Amino acid sequence: MSIKIINEKCVGCKLCVRTCPFGAIELVNKKAVIDLHKCTLCGACIESCKFDAIVLTKINPTDMPFPKKFDEYKGVWVFCEQKKGVVQSVAYELLGKGRELADTLGVELCGVLLGENVKGEAQKVIHRGVNKVYLVDEAALKHYQDEPYSKVLIQLIKEHKPEIVLCGASSIGRSLISRVAIGIHAGLTADCTGLDIDIKERLLLQTRPAFGGNIMATIICPNHRPQMSTVRHKVMKEAVENKHYKGKIIEKSYDAKIYYSRTRLLDVVEEIEETVNLTEANVIVSGGRGMQSPENFKLIEDLAKSLGGAVGASRAAVDSGWKTYSHQVGQTGKTVCPKIYIACGISGQIQHLVGMQSSEIIVAINKDPHAPIFTVATYGIVGDLFEVLPELTRRFKEALKR
Amino acid sequence: MNIIVCIKQVPDTTNVRIDPETNTLVRSGVQSIVNPFDMYAIEEGVRLKEKFGGTVTIITMGPPQAEEALREAISLGADGAILISDRAFAGSDTWATSYTLSRAIQKIGKFDIIICGKQAIDGDTAQVGPGIAAFLDIPQITFVKKIEDIKDSLMRSERMTEEGYDIVESPLPCLITVVKEINEPRLPSLKGKLRAKKAEIKKLEAKDLDADPDLLGLKGSPTKVVKIFTPSPRKGGQILEGEVKDVSEKLVELLKSEIC
Amino acid sequence: MDYLLTEEQVMVRDIARQIAEEKIRPVAAKYDAEGIFPWDIVKIMAASDLCGIYIEEKYGGTGGGAMELVLATEELSKACGGISLAFAATALGTFPIILFGTEDQKRKYLPDIAKGKKLAAFALTEAGAGSDAGAIATTAELKGDYYVLNGTKQWITNGGEAEVYTVVASTNRAKGARGAAAFIIEKGMKGFEFGKKEDKMGIRASATRELVFTDCKIPKENILGKEGMGFIVAMKTFDQSRPGVAAQAVGIAQGALDLTVQYMKDRKQFGKSISSFQGLQFMLADMATEIEASRALVYACARMLDSGNSKVSKDSAMAKLFASDVAMKVTVNCVQLFGGYGYMRDYPIEKYMRDAKITQIYEGTNQIQRGIIANHLIKETAAK
Repeated sequence: MSIKIINEKCVGCKLCVRTCPFGAIELVNKKAVIDLHKCTLCGACIESCKFDAIVLTKINPTDMPFPKKFDEYKGVWVFCEQKKGVVQSVAYELLGKGRELADTLGVELCGVLLGENVKGEAQKVIHRGVNKVYLVDEAALKHYQDEPYSKVLIQLIKEHKPEIVLCGASSIGRSLISRVAIGIHAGLTADCTGLDIDIKERLLLQTRPAFGGNIMATIICPNHRPQMSTVRHKVMKEAVENKHYKGKIIEKSYDAKIYYSRTRLLDVVEEIEETVNLTEANVIVSGGRGMQSPENFKLIEDLAKSLGGAVGASRAAVDSGWKTYSHQVGQTGKTVCPKIYIACGISGQIQHLVGMQSSEIIVAINKDPHAPIFTVATYGIVGDLFEVLPELTRRFKEALKR
Repeated sequence: MNIIVCIKQVPDTTNVRIDPETNTLVRSGVQSIVNPFDMYAIEEGVRLKEKFGGTVTIITMGPPQAEEALREAISLGADGAILISDRAFAGSDTWATSYTLSRAIQKIGKFDIIICGKQAIDGDTAQVGPGIAAFLDIPQITFVKKIEDIKDSLMRSERMTEEGYDIVESPLPCLITVVKEINEPRLPSLKGKLRAKKAEIKKLEAKDLDADPDLLGLKGSPTKVVKIFTPSPRKGGQILEGEVKDVSEKLVELLKSEIC
Repeated sequence: MDYLLTEEQVMVRDIARQIAEEKIRPVAAKYDAEGIFPWDIVKIMAASDLCGIYIEEKYGGTGGGAMELVLATEELSKACGGISLAFAATALGTFPIILFGTEDQKRKYLPDIAKGKKLAAFALTEAGAGSDAGAIATTAELKGDYYVLNGTKQWITNGGEAEVYTVVASTNRAKGARGAAAFIIEKGMKGFEFGKKEDKMGIRASATRELVFTDCKIPKENILGKEGMGFIVAMKTFDQSRPGVAAQAVGIAQGALDLTVQYMKDRKQFGKSISSFQGLQFMLADMATEIEASRALVYACARMLDSGNSKVSKDSAMAKLFASDVAMKVTVNCVQLFGGYGYMRDYPIEKYMRDAKITQIYEGTNQIQRGIIANHLIKETAAK
């Protein structure tokens, strides 16, 4: 498959040059030229050209290997990450989406659970609407280690051939699934924000942000199975719990050497912060460069307390050492999706927005009326946060009787 | 100690804008930089060399201009660099990229540790590091925020988690991906830049890699991009105006029912 | 303007620029407010090999000259004219050794300075001897194998922080200006103390102190050149260092202008950016032109020095005079263009104005510079 410019139609308007996310097009002698080294055939330029001067040439059948037979790959799997013997809520969110996908495809939804003494958790997974749970309960799997978990999951996938595997994009999930994808020669798309089915082609349509969240890409995996995706916490809605749901728990066990790990977990250190559950919070009050000093974060903490919420920080505040990284919201921090997100002294650069823009209600307090945050805020206050925050804290305390 | 650091040259996505009229990405005028997380990888590699002796080799898979990124890494203290470049690699997804890099590393020969940045800021996948480890069948430790010690071919490190960190020990050779907490990258030195200018960059093409051509580039990529679009921007709401006490009162009114 | 820099000069400039933007700019306001000496920046410069860019390779430097010094000083000064002095004033204190030192002296002192391990300072000025440098009263008496120094030097940049001091003292007061000599003195030598740190209007991240010599014994090998050469050492040193001061002024002016243009684009009055008002645009154009002219003078002067041309006094005086007067004019106008915000210490621009003033005063007041230039003009005409 290749792409080319029809020179006769090209007028040198440069629209495609500006559109290409990979910088692969430049104007040479007033005509567009595509650098095939950089081009990924995404087709963004084709859509943007008003003169139909760019075409994608068809696949030459001898170029691509014949698509394999995929009839034997059926089912939607969700890897149920557990920590300290408790299944994490991101797995329940994926089960919610997984059920939708499975129903569209007319196949089973299965959970995969690895751990020690987690049969009770397996039952909870059943209550979230799966048809089956594949359970591997071994002492060696108590804590996550890359090698044993990858080898077990690879084995399960090879044996039972799901067509789709979903996993939470946590620090465990991302390490695990990346390694598994290689072992089974599967396509993996990370941090998906949208998952849909193209029923005609029986393909999973995976949508995810790229370029720091500036663009969205839809990705398919036409010639390999399973199709694998990771999804971040709080992007999908949790599957509803229903204690009447029934399903099968299939216990698997393997030869001891599959559990062998070259790496050893020596210790687990928890850094307990008051705001441990930033990603679970319903209300988050966040501070940025406008707070000016670490002492001023007390204003943020007071407001958060009056609202029963958590404290977040922009990258600027964390880089300045005013708050630790566990509070950081944004592209390189946490993605949060609370009901209310109050951004104080945060300008609203795209790298921060991608971490909180799916909050239901965004409130912005900033002295600069041109701060980009106001373009996404449900309610904005242009003012001095050092005056507004204490006033809000006082009033909320009264109104909510806290 | 033979240290290999994998880097990627990426567009500076922090400076990428959306053209408000066409609602498309404006890439022109956006600089190419060394992926920020890879700067931490380079720094850690150089620090390990300074502590334990050895060499730091930088590798990158990319178009010919990625050579700039390699020279920048040399100016920061790396000893040598290899550019893995071929038209055949174009369109690689993370699977094909991991495969290609692992073949190149096998060509390099013996190594003790491979260091990668956590993720690239254009793809944001964080998949290639573990992918390389899987192809080379070596242990991996991801999101390393500190290397505590390396003794008798055993490395003890701190792996960042959502709650804090795990202390993980791995035998060498192994692969690690690093996060920004691990160090503070140094600035280039004048002598480093002079060395980088004169440095000879080795080049590896597809034919040099003992690789299956069906597994390279677009052809070898299980995932395919079918569409690229700009997300519809979230619309702003209303600006509350007035005195501090008035706007505060208004906001409390608007929000208080949502909180309980 | 393209000054046709060599690749290596571009590298020096780029590294200095990166240090200025990434390391100096974030701390400039704090170091200015609290008078903090930028040892952390010195360490970063040392790690990037910048401390030795004007020192020969055989002494551990990178073998550049005045041009490299000027490029680095200008870039650093764009972010802070005070922090850049730790580097620029060290150069001033090192030139006497480079120009007049014996091989042994160079081998002893230059490597540590080139590696950024030690800073240097130059000491001529006294309470009673500013422009009238010949009136210095600090004495150096030869007693056996030692010179014994007595006296006080005033307003010495890097005083107290530097390890290496090049000091001009009088060996024969009767001979006036012809009776002085230059010496290398190290911090820690007995009888060498420092006065209090001065509280300055600007360049507050730079340390300025008195040097107090009370029967300070220094080995007689520490003399630079011979007795009687003191003022020649000083004058030749100033010829070399004036482009550096001028570069500091150019940097301060450029830094102020850059902040101002950005501010004017963002600041809206009467429904538009104030950068669209013609009267203000004319101010920007004039400032930019004058800064470019001063830069061109400075670079030309530096190139002259590097070519080995020692007849540079008039030209380096012109460069220093012009660049510092421009810096003062530009920074005052920049404060004006910022309006009320220009007067507020919360905003970065007033610092540039405070920093610029000293460039018209030290290293030879601009009145002295004018005198030097006029004298040369007259001599040249008389010779025709």
